[in-house]
Amino acid sequence: MAQPIMMRASLNNGIADIKALIHHDMETGLRKDPATGQLIPAHFINHVTATLNGTPVMEAQWGIGISKNPFLEFRVAGAKSGDTISITAVDNLGTQFVGQATLS
Amino acid sequence: MTHHRRSFLKTAARFAMFGSLLSSGLLSATRAFAASWNSAAFTATTLSDALDKAGYAHAADSSDIELKVPEIAENGAVVPVEVTSHVPGTTSIAIFVPDNPNPLIAEFDFLPGALPYISTRIKMAKTSDVRIAIKAGDKVFTTAKQIKVTAGGCGG
Repeated sequence: MAQPIMMRASLNNGIADIKALIHHDMETGLRKDPATGQLIPAHFINHVTATLNGTPVMEAQWGIGISKNPFLEFRVAGAKSGDTISITAVDNLGTQFVGQATLS
Repeated sequence: MTHHRRSFLKTAARFAMFGSLLSSGLLSATRAFAASWNSAAFTATTLSDALDKAGYAHAADSSDIELKVPEIAENGAVVPVEVTSHVPGTTSIAIFVPDNPNPLIAEFDFLPGALPYISTRIKMAKTSDVRIAIKAGDKVFTTAKQIKVTAGGCGG
């Protein structure tokens, strides 16, 4: 099942500022397990999409260089109270992450 | 390519099991994701190759890209990067770290409504530039700042 994304959204003069945190290890595939000496397989979020009331406003592709437990902040103009911002993220193993915030 | 295809197929199978719980909209979104990840750009090992594969070759220097980064990062695993593009018609912002094993960190595409602003946290293996490249229509621009990293972020 989809994992939750922590989101906080604020609205100022029609501009929505959205902050999001995703709980994820963001393994690069370049690190060795100190116990076994084996490479830890890559496991990272590679796609993020944000929507305003269901319409896509931002789409991102990520590589292995985004920090563990990714933080993301972005802004949407023309937003109003009651609007809904949603974020969907997917990692390279297909796990899905979703979050939603209503502007007030 | 085969690897991504396989993980996509696994995903599709998993979704089929939860079919009754997931809307077809979510499934089609994931399908689009699997098709569009720019593997060539993200696995490039040099800055010039990464810029080229991501569509930012020959980007012109621009002072209209505002880049906020720390001068010194004590922890290369978590380096804050904030970008605002003042270039009219900006549609994409990409973050590169030339001295990382794979220089392309992320690319953000802005659709109508979104402002060309992004704030995130990135990994840096060692002291390096952070290079930002943006797309505005069919033009590409770039700027960079150096960050001194006192403890690398990619070690094991």
